[in-house]
Amino acid sequence: MSQLQEAHGQVITSAEHLHRDAKGAKIGMWLFLFTELLLFTGMFLLYAAYRYIYSAEFHRAGLETNTLIGAFNTIILLTSSLTVAISIAAIERGEKRLSIAFLVTTVLLGFLFLVNKYFEWSSEISRGIYPASPKLMEQSNGENLFFGLYYAMTGLHGLHVVAGIIVLSSLVVLLVRNRITQSDPVKLENAGLYWHLVDIIWIFLFPLFYLIK
Amino acid sequence: MGDKSVALMYAGDNYLRDTGGRRGVASWIFSTDHKRIGVLYLVSMLTFFAVGVSLGFLMKLEMLEPGGKLFAPQSYNALFTLHGVIMIFLFIIPGIPASFGNFFLPIQIGARDVAFPRLNLFSWWLYIIGGSLAVASLFFQGGPVDTGWTFYVPYSIRTGTDVTFAVLAAFILGFSSILTGINFLTTIHRMRAPGMGWFKMPLFVWSLYATAWIQVLATPIVGITLLLILVERLFSVGIFDPGRGGDPLLYQHLFWIYSHPAVYIMILPAMGVVSEIITTFARRTIFGYRAIALSSLAIAFIGYLVWGHHMFSTGMSDTAKWIFSLLTFLVAVPSGVKVFNWVATMYKGSIDLAPPFLFVMAFIFLFSIGGLTGLILGSLATDVHLTDTYFVVAHFHYQMFGGVAFIFFGALHYWLPKMFGRMYNLKVAKWSLLFLFIGFNMLYFPMFIMGYEGMPRRYFTYLPQFATLQRISTFGSWVLVTGLIVMFANLVRGVIRGAKAPANPWGGTTLEWTIPSPPPKENFEEIPRVKHEPYRHEEVVVQ
Repeated sequence: MSQLQEAHGQVITSAEHLHRDAKGAKIGMWLFLFTELLLFTGMFLLYAAYRYIYSAEFHRAGLETNTLIGAFNTIILLTSSLTVAISIAAIERGEKRLSIAFLVTTVLLGFLFLVNKYFEWSSEISRGIYPASPKLMEQSNGENLFFGLYYAMTGLHGLHVVAGIIVLSSLVVLLVRNRITQSDPVKLENAGLYWHLVDIIWIFLFPLFYLIK
Repeated sequence: MGDKSVALMYAGDNYLRDTGGRRGVASWIFSTDHKRIGVLYLVSMLTFFAVGVSLGFLMKLEMLEPGGKLFAPQSYNALFTLHGVIMIFLFIIPGIPASFGNFFLPIQIGARDVAFPRLNLFSWWLYIIGGSLAVASLFFQGGPVDTGWTFYVPYSIRTGTDVTFAVLAAFILGFSSILTGINFLTTIHRMRAPGMGWFKMPLFVWSLYATAWIQVLATPIVGITLLLILVERLFSVGIFDPGRGGDPLLYQHLFWIYSHPAVYIMILPAMGVVSEIITTFARRTIFGYRAIALSSLAIAFIGYLVWGHHMFSTGMSDTAKWIFSLLTFLVAVPSGVKVFNWVATMYKGSIDLAPPFLFVMAFIFLFSIGGLTGLILGSLATDVHLTDTYFVVAHFHYQMFGGVAFIFFGALHYWLPKMFGRMYNLKVAKWSLLFLFIGFNMLYFPMFIMGYEGMPRRYFTYLPQFATLQRISTFGSWVLVTGLIVMFANLVRGVIRGAKAPANPWGGTTLEWTIPSPPPKENFEEIPRVKHEPYRHEEVVVQ
């Protein structure tokens, strides 16, 4: 059987060992990320269509969003992508403590993003900007759609941040318990990929809702 | 390969007996063995299928007399919606990949399991949760959904029925389908036995590969679309609401971007099974192996670009319409490649008219009718006349029931002896097929005529002029259901009390026929080394 492994470059001796095909795990993760991208693509498609139909109203509505908080959140997410990358690099060099420290930092930055989001949304809601609010109903259809998409897209993205925080936190536990090690870091690598996806989607949301005025 | 020695080696060790240390039901619903999960899917899917058939049966019963004597109009709306949702999302989309694919994909490529066994079990759990939610939404406060399985806006946003739960169920089922797709793709890329190059894979595996790509690339789009209905109903954002500037046509686009490719999620694996069955029972190597393998990918690719043909009468741009119409005709090319190669395989073969082969013959007949009437619907001028009539209903039942479901049954007859190690009664199986075939054509062929004459779909009643054809159709549904009952009774009896099946009862050439029936827990004592193409009949001995 060992010859066979050498010939084939992977461990296929028994069902238990199948879980350790790191390359297979990576392939699976990339495919999953692709489906996540497509999930958001549907909404980007809607944004494009409605921006084309209601360009003037989208422009006016875009002036209402808070660019400062948006920019701040962009910086937070980009930094958190860096820290998760460092965490992966650390465990690959066998530096468990460093890896844990940077992973915890990533989780904290994720929380910080959500806290910002909370203040941002509550400020908008207090100004009467939320789906089907009396204020919005008086405004044009285009502005309504802009904020509809704004809440739907950043909301779905926020849910992904929450999911990412849950995944990364559970990986902190796995790191502490030595279930993720220098020789088997693929879980952390995959979680890192997921976090980068959350980041990259935000990088597209940021200009569409905060920068294009 | 010495089948007998292998059989002896594994005596007493097969996946049915090895419970993995758990008892009873738990040994199934918590098992990560791909064979057990395949059987789980099979059983749960057939249960939902039985519910779907019953609903369809009731709809036909309503049509025995004009005037809606059996059900009120609103109940009829709920009936066709549930029939559609259950048949499409719970039976035919998971269909062949989740059941037979799970069971035979790893064995056919010489692996011991799929790449992610626990994810595989998770997919099944999602399937069950989604399915239960869909059925439970029947009894929730708003009453059963009445939108039709397409959940078209704006009605799906405004109706008082429980669309929210039905849509959530469909979303969860989509997620389950995506995970299965990811699992299969990774499995095929990473776990083929040494020596099994891409063009040495069985054609069933090729079809699953193409299907898995569609699952991964198309399903997320419908996921987000259905989620947006949810958002719309809960927060009334207005994205698809024409009253607030939203565009309902965009919903239809997004919906069909997935739901048309979904048709190929259903049919491609069936075509893969057909390739397997024809070569086995013609006892000849498949004609045009590469053409069949690559035509699966071609169908998957072109099928992605034809969704607009569901929207010819919606008022979208005329340029888009004729482009979609042209692309629709193009799908017929790779489909034709397959059919011609199947027929060429049978030429000068030594054909054994066993039940699985007869199911395939029925499939080719019914699928040809479905395919040719598809061309009529794919042409712009005729589609405007026929859209939303019984003609469409007849067309897609010829494709989905006559095509996919008949092959699902064919696959059952082909692989059942391998899965359970027992044989059913061949003669009864042939009789049940006869009933199915006659009942099916009686039920659906009159619908072509009625549709052509203007009978609209989804109406709880009809004009007196359609009475004769409607009645023939209803009688047909009784014959069809009789056939189904006979067929399943025969299969169940076979599983429980049938004669012991040998390792290779049909003379199949792919890897699953080299291991004992039922397969041992780990499939292969030693991972086989593949030296040649899959369909070489010279060395196979039928037992």
